Amino acid sequence: MLLNQFLLLAAVLFCLGVYGVITRKNGVMVLMSIEMILNAVNINLVAFGAFNGTPIGSVFALFVIAVAAAEVGIGLAIVLLIYRNKKSIDFSEVDILKG
Amino acid sequence: MISLIAQITTGDDLLVAQNIFWWFFALVTVLAGIKVVTTDNIVHAALYLVIVLAGVAVQFVFLGSEFAAVTQVLVYIGAIVVLLLFGIMLTRGSLGDDQLVDTERRGMGALVALLLFGLMAFSLVDGFEDVVLPEDTRNLIEVEVPIDTDIDDDEFIRTQRGSDTAAIGDTIFESYIVPFEAVSVLLLAALIGAVVIARKE
Repeated sequence: MLLNQFLLLAAVLFCLGVYGVITRKNGVMVLMSIEMILNAVNINLVAFGAFNGTPIGSVFALFVIAVAAAEVGIGLAIVLLIYRNKKSIDFSEVDILKG
Repeated sequence: MISLIAQITTGDDLLVAQNIFWWFFALVTVLAGIKVVTTDNIVHAALYLVIVLAGVAVQFVFLGSEFAAVTQVLVYIGAIVVLLLFGIMLTRGSLGDDQLVDTERRGMGALVALLLFGLMAFSLVDGFEDVVLPEDTRNLIEVEVPIDTDIDDDEFIRTQRGSDTAAIGDTIFESYIVPFEAVSVLLLAALIGAVVIARKE
């Protein structure tokens, strides 16, 4: 199998995640798109680890998974706080830091 | 990309069944990913995300990293998607069936994503055009195993066959023990932080 087929699949998932982050207004859906981006990075890490014949790629993917779990926990807590204060999780309405 | 298609059609020194299944799972993953970022129903988006995450786990299996695949299923599908579904349930009602996607930014988002993909695809095809993965990535991992303490050091090294779980464990707890401890502290801090942020005053 070619290395490139895994890297191109990861690139497709990454760009779909970027599209979701840009277009989505709902906070939870933005978090889902971020998860897709992190998964694309994980495919790259494991693919290069398999290509070089070391388990280091999988180790880094596991670290990314742990950090993603922490990130989604904090992100959902922030989304719940925004919902409690504004009765909406529309990210285009969250602009109190706008100058 | 041309060499990808050429390898499929000519079929020289590759496993045909493996490639057929790879393309099937890659197609399912990409289609589900498109649905995640385009569907208007937020619960459907979370369920399509399950398909994407399972497809990524299948890619890990194709790459011979079973431990990462199992961890992907346990942590992402088992924990993170459930957490996202709880988030959806706790914040629903304000949204109803109104438009979730900002249509003003749809064209700009598609433009950015396509430009980014074009750049990445060009550099990937240019840089790794004919790079072939080893046929069996599992057999390449060497692990130090204390078979017998009386024999010399060469006998301590043997090639790990099958699962790479032992190799991952050795790597984490020998070379990457400090990042591992840092991640555990990070998870604890995230746990406490999430409770502090989300609790009622």
